[in-house]
Amino acid sequence: MNGHSRGIDQFSAGMRKGFEDVYDLSVFTLRFFTSVFKAPFELGEVRKHLDDLGAKSLPLVSMVGFIMGLILAMQTRPTLDRFGAGSYLPAMIALSIVRELGPVITALIVAGRVSSGIAAEVGSMRVTEQIDALEVNGVDPYKYLVVTRVVACTIMMPLITAYVDFLAILGGYVAETITYTSSFQLYFTDVINSLTFFDIIPGVAKTAVFGFIIGIIGSYKGFTADSGTRGVGRAATAAVVYASLHIIFVDMILVRLTLYIFG
Amino acid sequence: MIDVKDILIRFEDHVVLSGVSLHVPKGSAVVILGRSGVGKSVLLKSIVGLLTPEKGSIRVMGQEVIGMKPAQLNKLRKHFGYVFQYAALFDSMTVRENLEFPLRRHAALSEEEITARVEEQLKLVDLLDAIDKMPSELSGGMKKRIGLARAIITRPDIVFYDEPTAGLDPVTAREISKLIHELEGRFGTTSVTVTHDLECARIVATRICILHDRRIVEEGTFDEMLRSEYPLTRAFFQPEIA
Repeated sequence: MNGHSRGIDQFSAGMRKGFEDVYDLSVFTLRFFTSVFKAPFELGEVRKHLDDLGAKSLPLVSMVGFIMGLILAMQTRPTLDRFGAGSYLPAMIALSIVRELGPVITALIVAGRVSSGIAAEVGSMRVTEQIDALEVNGVDPYKYLVVTRVVACTIMMPLITAYVDFLAILGGYVAETITYTSSFQLYFTDVINSLTFFDIIPGVAKTAVFGFIIGIIGSYKGFTADSGTRGVGRAATAAVVYASLHIIFVDMILVRLTLYIFG
Repeated sequence: MIDVKDILIRFEDHVVLSGVSLHVPKGSAVVILGRSGVGKSVLLKSIVGLLTPEKGSIRVMGQEVIGMKPAQLNKLRKHFGYVFQYAALFDSMTVRENLEFPLRRHAALSEEEITARVEEQLKLVDLLDAIDKMPSELSGGMKKRIGLARAIITRPDIVFYDEPTAGLDPVTAREISKLIHELEGRFGTTSVTVTHDLECARIVATRICILHDRRIVEEGTFDEMLRSEYPLTRAFFQPEIA
């Protein structure tokens, strides 16, 4: 076999594996919708994951959110000044953070932390037979491990994003104050006046979809992890890559949809 | 209590079990002996419904396991205890929570009763001191004991042991085997054990089955096995002759 035909074989095997992966992920995702409304609801587990996946992400996202606002203000101010539009800075920061940067950056940060964590945790449970142990104890592992984590991520993401949005806007104010001694009241009045219902709700609501993606991809990669520590490591890495790509791709669709619906 | 008839299991093109039949009467302790990688654990996992054979029949407590709906299977599994090869303790839970887990799922007990049952089980396996430890703080032998305690805490009708002494030193392995034997006597459970540890088989088994070449090739009591002419059985039981 020459190098050319070997390359074609590898490419077709890769394509086939890719399609199989998409099919398996679709089946795995559909199962969520058939399981989520059936008892038992495992609320104790959901509460535990809200803390693990959500509250424990706060230090990281707080730092990122604040610095994001700070940098955005510092970078934008000179350009706005050049066009004599410096007074629009609070509105510009608020709109870009609330509509796009806040949701997407937060989702990518949380994907890095949470999706890999879920994949590693579920994957190691798979290779150490803990998932089998759940089944033998009469527990549906999909409901217990996947549904609870996906629900927690879906609930938590909009809350984290709203919090990050606020911190980023505050970061913008701090940057403004350092350089231009802007008034707190004036800055936030401008921010509030610039935002409408149609800026805030779609921006925050789409993060629920991002949360769902983070939870389902992390769980899927963990559930399908190869045996051994290497398999778990690969699952964790793949979870971050897949979740990040899906977030950006879905964001593109949701932006278009939002513009179509809200103008 | 358990009737396996002519099952076939394969993973892609690799046939692991073919034409395996096994009968486990109520109250008996059947040990399945065989070389590593012969499919002993696969057989055990098929009986509890973790793996599905391509053909054949598996009846447990009068119910056909193959093709059973998940809800029914979960109901049937309430009668099972399962000791995993590496214990499979939930590593995000303490020893106490690991033992409470099956009780909270399957037994309608008050908090006091759950605590009392957990402490009683830990005394049985001599590990009450480890009650608030995490699995990562336990040795291999301790994990096996806790796994054993978790498997029998709901007083199941059937207990499955997957290599209960694998990876343990001979002294600890003998202690675990004796513990299994003692607990079976105390609670009157039916058990199926897969192992390649002859000493474990000697202590635990009322009947031994030899799994070789994808099927059960011989069965009998420990003494009958000692007199067997079958080459693999001889290799196990009379290594100096084989």
